[in-house]
Amino acid sequence: MTASAQTLDLTKIRADFPILQRVMRGGNQLAYLDSGATSQRPLQVLDAERDFLITSNGAVHRGAHQLMEESTDAYEQGRAAIAAFIGADPNELVFTKNATEGINLVAYAFGDSRFEHAVGPGDVIVTTELEHHANLVPWQELARRTGATLKWYSVGPEGRIDIDSLELDRNVKVIAFSHHSNVTGAVAPVTQLVERAKAIGALTVLDACQSVPHQPVDLHALGVDYAAFSGHKMLGPNGIGVLYGRHELLDAMPPFITGGSMIETVTMEKTTFAPAPQRFEAGTPMTSQVVGLAAAARYLDAIGMDVVEQHEAELVAAALEGLAGVPAVRIVGPTSLVGRGSPVSFVVDGIHAHDVGQILDDEGVAVRVGHHCAWPLHRKFGLAATARASFAIYNTHDEVDRLVAGVKRAVEFFGRD
Amino acid sequence: MYQEVILDHYKHPHHRGLREPFGAEVQHVNPTCGDEVTLRVALSDDGDQVVDVSYDGQGCSISQAATSVLTDLVIGQSVGDALKTVTAFNEMISSRGNVEGDEDVLGDGIAFAGVAKYPARIKCALLGWMAFKDAVAQASEEIPDERHRSA
Repeated sequence: MTASAQTLDLTKIRADFPILQRVMRGGNQLAYLDSGATSQRPLQVLDAERDFLITSNGAVHRGAHQLMEESTDAYEQGRAAIAAFIGADPNELVFTKNATEGINLVAYAFGDSRFEHAVGPGDVIVTTELEHHANLVPWQELARRTGATLKWYSVGPEGRIDIDSLELDRNVKVIAFSHHSNVTGAVAPVTQLVERAKAIGALTVLDACQSVPHQPVDLHALGVDYAAFSGHKMLGPNGIGVLYGRHELLDAMPPFITGGSMIETVTMEKTTFAPAPQRFEAGTPMTSQVVGLAAAARYLDAIGMDVVEQHEAELVAAALEGLAGVPAVRIVGPTSLVGRGSPVSFVVDGIHAHDVGQILDDEGVAVRVGHHCAWPLHRKFGLAATARASFAIYNTHDEVDRLVAGVKRAVEFFGRD
Repeated sequence: MYQEVILDHYKHPHHRGLREPFGAEVQHVNPTCGDEVTLRVALSDDGDQVVDVSYDGQGCSISQAATSVLTDLVIGQSVGDALKTVTAFNEMISSRGNVEGDEDVLGDGIAFAGVAKYPARIKCALLGWMAFKDAVAQASEEIPDERHRSA
């Protein structure tokens, strides 16, 4: 075992997640291998939310009483803590209800003539064939609203973005892509894509939902213009997402959702808007969710994201090796650890993913089945559905063994005639 | 959930494949998993009988077997009886396990009673059945009118 794995006290970590002790309807202990869909939350996150609510809950950025001050402090300190976690400045973070809303916020700005980077007929929006629908549909809709053209990088046989599959020119205004594919686990060539975008004056939007929870991420170092991720995939609450934007871009963007809190002055005729990030946080914001998400960032930080990454890589390696030993199984994605994140998607020849998932569920092993909101990628591979195991810091080698044993059982069960 | 009879229908589906003639063809998709079925219904000239149901598609054992069972039950039935069969199946599947299902009405379909306890799989079981209901409605509209059911 590696040095980092030795520093990891998995028993102690698992004690922070009571749900992992649950015995499921088939009589087996839960093996939760669906953290790519939503992760479980440690007591530290739940306690942070509860402590905030029973001591300091108030309306953020409103009025002048003590609770309002304390809740505003908690909210803004949360912003600073989360910003530090991803290598950003606090004024570059906008809280949204989820990552999807963050991407939509950016896509709407690109469709607003008040924004200097707005697109129109003749302009090109670029995305990739492996995107989650959240990073595809908003761009399709932007193209429809503005008359711009949507183009995309295709993916190669291992489910990686084929960076030579699309020629970029100066008509390209924005390139949106996932850091880690939520299906194949392939890690995008961020540096190359950012370089190519900069060379033609295009902006980049990174879907970081599957990377921020699983590896160290420094957004300034990556050089992307925007990034979005969600709280509930990184041991935090749901109902909260984070949009990162370089400050000068955020400050130049028109608002998306309008209303209270995002204004500077309001008359019956017109309104001027608050500076970013408040401009993008209309209405009463999420408070306990921000506190919880900051606690999740602290929790991961205390373990160390390099340790998280290393631990998950060992689990992925064990899963790839174990599944390779089941003859009917095909991995959909890279079969080595090079440039690879946590999701391990697979098909079992002759057995539908739903049926594989059901047999695993009977064993208490929770995996995702379906197209994982990445239907075009599944179509590309001629698949209706895949099964996906995805890992987090709290998973164990024993759970990987149970996954492999469950898949073998499915093959046995549906294979007999 | 995986009763032997379900596995049998899955591995050896009845009436599978798209056939001519047909009065209506529909395509139904389960957007959560991407499973799809293309289903054709042929009614008698007077629109009273289900003469044939043919289908093709891809899906899990539950959706495939349920569609196979459907064709066994409704081919040869009157349209009225076939729709009653659909209603009975839907009721059983949507009951969270509280309705056992009448074997006289549902035949092999009662094997799916266990599916009702798994909310995530209900749509799988109903995929072909809802496609059939839709196709019957469309095929009935094609029948020239005087006796056309207004209900």
